Amino acid sequence: MHTLPQQLANGLFLGSTYGLIAIGYTMVYGIVQLINFAHGEIFMTGGFGALTVYLVLPHGTSLWLALPLMLIGGALTSVLIALGAERFAYRPLRNAPRLAPLIAAIGLSLALQQAVHNLYPKATSPRAFPQLAAGPWHLAGIRIQSGDLFTVLAAPICMIILALFVQRSRTGRAMQATAQDPDTAQLMGIDTNKIIAAAFGIGALFAAVAAVCYGLRYGEVDYSMGFQAGLKAFTAAVLGGIGNIYGAMLGGLVLGLAEALATAYISNVPGMQQLGGGSWADVWAFVLLILVLLLRPQGLLGERVADRA
Amino acid sequence: MSNALLDVQDLRVAYGKIEAVKGISFSVAAGEVTTLIGTNGAGKTTTLRTLSGLLRPTAGSITFDGQPLETVPAHRIVALGLAHSPEGRHIFPRMTIEENLLLGAFLRNDSAGITQDIERAYTLFPILGERRKQAAGTLSGGEQQMLAMGRALMSRPKLLMLDEPSMGLSPIMMQKIMATIIELKSGGTTILLVEQNAQAALSLSDRGYVMQTGRIVLSGTGAELLRDESVRKSYLGED
Repeated sequence: MHTLPQQLANGLFLGSTYGLIAIGYTMVYGIVQLINFAHGEIFMTGGFGALTVYLVLPHGTSLWLALPLMLIGGALTSVLIALGAERFAYRPLRNAPRLAPLIAAIGLSLALQQAVHNLYPKATSPRAFPQLAAGPWHLAGIRIQSGDLFTVLAAPICMIILALFVQRSRTGRAMQATAQDPDTAQLMGIDTNKIIAAAFGIGALFAAVAAVCYGLRYGEVDYSMGFQAGLKAFTAAVLGGIGNIYGAMLGGLVLGLAEALATAYISNVPGMQQLGGGSWADVWAFVLLILVLLLRPQGLLGERVADRA
Repeated sequence: MSNALLDVQDLRVAYGKIEAVKGISFSVAAGEVTTLIGTNGAGKTTTLRTLSGLLRPTAGSITFDGQPLETVPAHRIVALGLAHSPEGRHIFPRMTIEENLLLGAFLRNDSAGITQDIERAYTLFPILGERRKQAAGTLSGGEQQMLAMGRALMSRPKLLMLDEPSMGLSPIMMQKIMATIIELKSGGTTILLVEQNAQAALSLSDRGYVMQTGRIVLSGTGAELLRDESVRKSYLGED
């Protein structure tokens, strides 16, 4: 199970999840220059939203039937919370110094974690997430679990839909215009408040899909799962070039692959025997981030832009 | 004035505690070119940004085509027929010329009319047509100014506001822009022009207002202001 193809596949599954979450960081940053540190919790609530749908369905419902409904439930939860956060926490602070919305985001992150911890039944410890009764499959020496299969299908589909939406649709073009010059976008007749809300909503939608990927892969959801995943996805967004949606997905994949490969192989390097294995995975992820920030601060696909005067 | 398309009364605008526009009144008659001249910091740009809703007045009234504008959000003001080509051009740099023009028509849904108007913009400014698929950020300053004007015209405005269209342009490019303003006027477009280049602006204006530190200190027809001694001294560089 430690062959190179298997590690590459693991990196791809992990990276797809990071990429889906990273889209939310990057879209919001691209439009309002806010790092939404509550986005990890938006992701987490999506997981609990999906779990709730599963729990209220009649006992014994096939997961193949339940999965689409769980996706809808998770997406609704995440999107509503994100829109509420935008409307009531971030919008009133839009013209405040940049530190204010950042602190609001951190506060919201803690509040959402504690709300789920205290209010969701039995959420003080991880709650089991249903598993697809299929697989694992073996393909060219790679073991693929059903949750991973869902992830590798969901991530590119989401990405293609998003790319088409941003490039082709009227709202997508308005989104690009708002990101490039919000005042002038208003002069074109674009309601920038709606566009900003749409960016939060789309990011939350993708985070909810990622949460279902996560639940299927690890078999559980947990009130604190948004912290680690959010931090990694934020890293992925910066790695790819924050503000760039393709960069977010690319950053996610690069990060996932780097983590998987470092975990498996770094202990083979003479003198680094101690540094292999899963417990060091996060270290390698952040080492990669530091290297990118040193060598290419704008990220892989980011543009070098001067700060606005 | 009965035929005023835009009527501004006692307008005051402040940034925090600093008042940039200190109670100005002026009007723009339909079919005419009206100019605001004045040095840097006179409040001209602030006035235009308030008219298009990007800034809010602290007092006074703005009536456009019979409707009060003071509390209408910026994105709805375009729909009423007031287009603004901002100072510094503010084209969308990472979008193509054609996408920029399409954004100018964001609120319209008559695709045949939009296509026709894009072609009209390319006739007015042939260089834009030649580079229609190019990112707008790669254009020269003068070309960006043409794009900003073309984009503002895409909403088919009743009133076109141009903020310093000649800023930073070569004399040849400036002449081209001024010629375009005359062309637009003869086509029936009402224009509110803000300029530091007083000579060029006043000579093509029906009416002009001179602004100084937030107040209107002088007004008259373009020709009158060009002859006025204080204008000649302050803005036309004569002793």
